[in-house]
Amino acid sequence: MSVMQISVFLENKPGTLKKMTSVLAANKIDMRATSLAETKDFGIARLVVDDALSAVNTLKENNFVASLTPVLAIEIPDEMGGLDKLLTVFDEAKVNIEYMYAFSGGSSKDHAYMIFRVSDTKGAEAKLAGKSLKMLTQEDLAQI
Amino acid sequence: MERYYQKDIECAPYEEIRKIQSEKLVKQVKHVWDNVPYYRKKMEEKGVTPDDIKSVDDLHKLPFLSKKDLRDAYPYGLLGKPLKECVRIHSTSGTTGKRVVAYYTQHDIDLWEDCCARAIMAAGGTDEDVVHVAYGYGLFTGGAGIHGGSHKVGSLTIPISSGNTDRQIMFINDLNATILCCTPSYAAYLGERFKELGYGPDDIPLKAGIFGAEAWSEEMRADIEKTLGIKAFDIYGLTELSGPGVAFECSAQDGMHINEDHFIAEIIDPDTEEVLPEGSQGELVFTAVDKEAFPMIRYRTRDICKLTREKCSCGRTHVRMAKPMGRSDDMLIIRGVNVFPSQIETVLMNNGYAANYQIVVDRVNNTDTLDVQVEMTPEMFTDNVGEIEERQKKLVEGLKSMLGIKAKVSLLAPKSIARSEGKAVRVIDKRKI
Repeated sequence: MSVMQISVFLENKPGTLKKMTSVLAANKIDMRATSLAETKDFGIARLVVDDALSAVNTLKENNFVASLTPVLAIEIPDEMGGLDKLLTVFDEAKVNIEYMYAFSGGSSKDHAYMIFRVSDTKGAEAKLAGKSLKMLTQEDLAQI
Repeated sequence: MERYYQKDIECAPYEEIRKIQSEKLVKQVKHVWDNVPYYRKKMEEKGVTPDDIKSVDDLHKLPFLSKKDLRDAYPYGLLGKPLKECVRIHSTSGTTGKRVVAYYTQHDIDLWEDCCARAIMAAGGTDEDVVHVAYGYGLFTGGAGIHGGSHKVGSLTIPISSGNTDRQIMFINDLNATILCCTPSYAAYLGERFKELGYGPDDIPLKAGIFGAEAWSEEMRADIEKTLGIKAFDIYGLTELSGPGVAFECSAQDGMHINEDHFIAEIIDPDTEEVLPEGSQGELVFTAVDKEAFPMIRYRTRDICKLTREKCSCGRTHVRMAKPMGRSDDMLIIRGVNVFPSQIETVLMNNGYAANYQIVVDRVNNTDTLDVQVEMTPEMFTDNVGEIEERQKKLVEGLKSMLGIKAKVSLLAPKSIARSEGKAVRVIDKRKI
């Protein structure tokens, strides 16, 4: 079960990231997780939010280039070796990870969440099914 | 079906056109000799008198006029008629120095509007059409020229001028405008706005566009035609010679017919000033043979292009000029290499980028730098950093092979480059030379 991540193009100059967060704040969009990929010339902000569709539309209306990318959001116990255990499952299932980032918080104090972008989302979903992983849905994200 | 405003002259045999040109030239040289002391002095310096000019074959004997002459003679030095007989002025934007002020008698206005009417009909216009004139009105010649031409054709003319894009769109839709006239960069912007508002090419009543006053590429034409669902025609002109309509495109969309019964064209080598044979690339020079108030003789346009007399499928016989590569004023010399913004535009559009771009030239440690700035678009964006960088690299390679020098490509946020309602500002040259 994948969730939608928003990818936003950011020009490489001071103030662009702030411009984006201002738009999100003004439109009452609640961010769950963020990550920033940067190159010499530009950046891509990656966001997981409570309402992906309305967030992407809001950004477009405010002259941002933004797109939706399917990612996997998986709950892991917030304890030593938690990620390692999870990656063991990925490894066995031969799922290739392109990038990942983490977030914690919400109502659950003893859990963290990992966001994975994998090369083949549908394939990975099939391979990871039945591995007793807690995958978050879009609805879960709205409620955390 | 090809339409003509003045078929007899537009399709006249070449010999007949030359005969008309010769008669008008002889008369014009006398007029200038008698009434424009500034030019008479130039002729005397060259040892030419009106008696030496018997036909078009003698044109090369006459001295050139350049932008510098226009500046030196400002404001009245090149006036050919008493102000009492003049009815209007127009003026250039003055971006390359002092403004040029051009004068018109009623006769001059009439011939100019005839030229514009020819352009409108060549684009398929008739008295059934609604012509939306989004060129600026005022000192700029664009609005007034096309407006007058549209009246001559008998089309319903919307004198909306430039600016307020959403109002433009409302008028186009509500009044079923069929022919759009503006700068190509503004046409592209209107197309962008239509698209944003959810209009496809079939939802827009326009069928043709007449775009000029700045250099634009074939790729930009294709793009405008696709988004607006129209056939886009090029038009050429300059204030010094009247305004738009000196040359215009026909249904063949393969070069612009010069209104030769009013303007004699030559191509010269810009360095040696020698007249070049047909088909050579060089600087375009015009002689306005029947304008009274501002009679330009051998005016150097600084536009670099080619002429051809090959038969045109539209039936017109007037010589065709290729789209100028750019005004030699627009030409940048970067690291010793000649670069035209239009070349950069071609590469951008071939690589799927929008026509909205900016070229920033600077000098760092005594070396010229070229930064091509282009906006990121939803079509070009992906979550994959590597893919974007790959496209950027392809663009750098494309520019290198087109220009012969290395350029940097910067990706900017959408709408960060200012949209122009008139002539687009494409080049920012920060070099202090």
